[in-house]
Amino acid sequence: MRRIETDVVVIGGGATGAGVVRDVAMRGYRAVLVDRADLGQGTTGRYHGLLHSGGRYVVSDARSATECAEENVIVTNIHADAVERTGGLFILPPEDPQDFGDKWWQGAKDTKVPAEEISIAEALKREPRINPHITRAFAVEDGAVDGWQMVWGAANSAKLYGAEILTYHRVAKIIREEDQVRAVMCTDEKTGEDVQIDCTFVINAAGAWAGEIAAMADCHDVTVVPGRGIMIAMNHRLVNSVVNRCIYPADGDILVPVHTVSIIGTTDVKADDPDKLTIPRDEVQQMMDAGEVLVPGFRKARAVHAWAGARPLVKDGRVSAEDTRHMSRGMSVLDHADRDGLKGLLTISGGKLTTYRLMAEHVVDQMCEQLGDERPCRTAEEAVPKSEEGKNYVVTHRLEEREEDRLADQIICECELMSRQSYVDLLEAQPQATLDDLRRQLRLGMGPCQGGFCTTRAAGLALEHENIDIERATGLLRLFLKNRWIGLWPILYGDQVRQTALDNWIFQGTLDVEHLPTPDEELTV
Amino acid sequence: MTDKSYAEEQLTRATLDHCVKCTICETACPVSAVTPLFPGPKFVGPQAERFRNGLSVDHSVDYCSSCGACTLACPQGVQIAELNSQARAVMKKNHMPLRDQLVSRTTLMGTFMTPVAPIANMALDMKPVRTIVEKVVGIHRNAPMPTARTQTLAGWLKKRPKPAEPATRGPIVYFHGCAGGYFETETSKKAILVLEHLGYEVLVPKQGCCGLAQQSNGLFEGATKSVLKLCEQLRSAGKDLTIVSTSGSCAGMLKHEAHEIMGVNAEELHDVGARTREMSEFLLDLYEAGELDTNFERNDITIPYHAPCQLKSQGMGMPAIALMELIPGVSVVESGQACCGIAGTYGLKKEKYDIAQAVGAALFKMVKETNPDLAVCDTETCRWQIEASSGVKTVHPIWLIHQAYGLPDPR
Repeated sequence: MRRIETDVVVIGGGATGAGVVRDVAMRGYRAVLVDRADLGQGTTGRYHGLLHSGGRYVVSDARSATECAEENVIVTNIHADAVERTGGLFILPPEDPQDFGDKWWQGAKDTKVPAEEISIAEALKREPRINPHITRAFAVEDGAVDGWQMVWGAANSAKLYGAEILTYHRVAKIIREEDQVRAVMCTDEKTGEDVQIDCTFVINAAGAWAGEIAAMADCHDVTVVPGRGIMIAMNHRLVNSVVNRCIYPADGDILVPVHTVSIIGTTDVKADDPDKLTIPRDEVQQMMDAGEVLVPGFRKARAVHAWAGARPLVKDGRVSAEDTRHMSRGMSVLDHADRDGLKGLLTISGGKLTTYRLMAEHVVDQMCEQLGDERPCRTAEEAVPKSEEGKNYVVTHRLEEREEDRLADQIICECELMSRQSYVDLLEAQPQATLDDLRRQLRLGMGPCQGGFCTTRAAGLALEHENIDIERATGLLRLFLKNRWIGLWPILYGDQVRQTALDNWIFQGTLDVEHLPTPDEELTV
Repeated sequence: MTDKSYAEEQLTRATLDHCVKCTICETACPVSAVTPLFPGPKFVGPQAERFRNGLSVDHSVDYCSSCGACTLACPQGVQIAELNSQARAVMKKNHMPLRDQLVSRTTLMGTFMTPVAPIANMALDMKPVRTIVEKVVGIHRNAPMPTARTQTLAGWLKKRPKPAEPATRGPIVYFHGCAGGYFETETSKKAILVLEHLGYEVLVPKQGCCGLAQQSNGLFEGATKSVLKLCEQLRSAGKDLTIVSTSGSCAGMLKHEAHEIMGVNAEELHDVGARTREMSEFLLDLYEAGELDTNFERNDITIPYHAPCQLKSQGMGMPAIALMELIPGVSVVESGQACCGIAGTYGLKKEKYDIAQAVGAALFKMVKETNPDLAVCDTETCRWQIEASSGVKTVHPIWLIHQAYGLPDPR
């Protein structure tokens, strides 16, 4: 058994947890973050990529709207390399309630969300493919943010302040001594080793899994309702700025250009288990219909991948437990000292990716108060590593980089223009990583061919560079393909069927991937 | 680019969705086969397009010759070459080299050179002059140049006697293209004589440039104006008349390129495009309908034939081969090469001349080995390229038809 000593353990490697560990470390505490899987593998990585301007909430949730508007500016700045300043539009289709336009405009003013009404002609000039029959258009400061890049940025910043980031460490138990938290017991999922982390404080940022974690400290009945939403990535950017449907928040009301794709989202259905999220056919069709309202011809465009995420919505007695959309999207902090008589444990839940930093600030403020320390938050002022220059992400950057180095370096993932060097460098830094772990940081296999051409290259390079054995290389290959498939089969129509057929011929027909030498047990991590 | 054409372009962009990354286009590309400077059609086409958003960061797309071999080879229907042409237009939008503006103004060249033809030709033959031109303008010193004529086609038409026989088949419109009006006037004259021999009343309305050279140099605004003006001119000759052209590539501009590459959606373009026939295509159609006079004089000859890239991309096969082989004794050997390298104005440019020569090398060799005295090709610039690089006289297919009908040389 390994033993680590620290001040604060943060449980959960999503946006909230990464934000919390950064904040804790920046305030001078020793900190360790643990997650049962990779960073950003839960809800943080399973959303539509929107950095809210606040426009979405100007009518339904004024406080969230203002918070979003303020945090948008901060996140754009401190996570420059993860945020593309796409700008956004709220467009009012003719079939939607027309009086919402005025309500929205008034709401934007009241909540101080920067907005400007523009002419339909101007909207069409900015986004030629949007519905030409819209009756009103408002320009807002929406952005697109890569959740993984953002989380890694925060985690790397925390590391600079001495924090330790332990991915693939599953929490087994929170050890208490009477009314005080003393340690967190984990299992290293890669090695099977037990790890005890002695600490004086635990912040539970496990999102949709926060109830499970709280229960490990014998704090029961923390109910986080997973609100399942599906998203579909379309093969290219049908729009270059965020396009919102100007209606009361509803399903399928947004199309976000993120990296090379555009993502339509989302639905909101109460789920029983955040680990078992389905992508039902009718919801896929619902998204296609919604897309058609925003961009005519949407159904003819190519979908490349679908996924589902679980919003961690804290149960609120005021709304029905079935109505997840209208539960609080604001953050909530549970103080288990008050609630359960256990000192040294806070649970933070709810909120939005856009306001992740603010959530962290709130919960760490509360921790400081409990510990009797006066240590101010500095996370809003300091940029994370690689964002110091304040240069925001642009979609052209990889094309520009490959233009420079394509004769000197190979390209491993052609769809996403991922170079061999970037892949090998990350392999070296994270030798235990699965191809999916690398994917989330490098976009390996996320383009139209969905790993059809690059997976074998990536597995081969892993074998060559890491001295992993052939069985693990095969396991990595098969695990990656299996995971890609989860997001492929729900959207198999049109062009993606042809791609899948070709990929299938390559893997089954040429490589006979089902009959390769495999480990005794199929690889999972 | 106007906003409208940008909107139209989204349709070509949408074809990138069909790409399954199979790489067949890369194996068909004659440019990436000879130089690493061009990353290949899949790379700069459907792949790079996903990363573009107004900003041009990949200047290597300019090494695409727009020959269209990729689009033709793509089994999925991606308009690869068209995407590349559009990307190039964005790239060059704010810094168009003077050279590219000059070489694309074909009518202007013709107008200036005709009155001073002997001097112009002499100057273009002089090494020191060409060296200066290369240094100042960027046109390679060895690049093939057209030969100016002392008389334009219009001049000839005005002065020549009326046809002796009255027309029996009604009127037809002849589209000669800039080269056919100023430089390759012999081809135009022979085409007119053949059509008249077949009984047509050949109408040759005053006509300007189709804008192809401007288009392939990324000058979409000028090219759109040119092509629409030309459409009006061709339409002025009469409604619903068939339009026949000996300029293989210019016919392609009318048929599909103006619409697919520049997003021109005007009614006059669709009207003219649908009525336009490339000369061999037109004659072979007549033959298949049993309406072509096949009373050809025997000509025992083996001819190397090269179908220009821009003719192949019209998707009509190679009608010239079947047409010429209607002549007893004619045996045609197809080049099997995607492109001669010139691709309009590509091979003229000093930085691309060597690439163009490498692209055409196998073709030049094949031409010389098949027949050192005569080769056939449907498009002007390709003929100049083949002649200059192989030393073999290269003519339009209509020359053989004209000869086989026993028609007199045009006077």
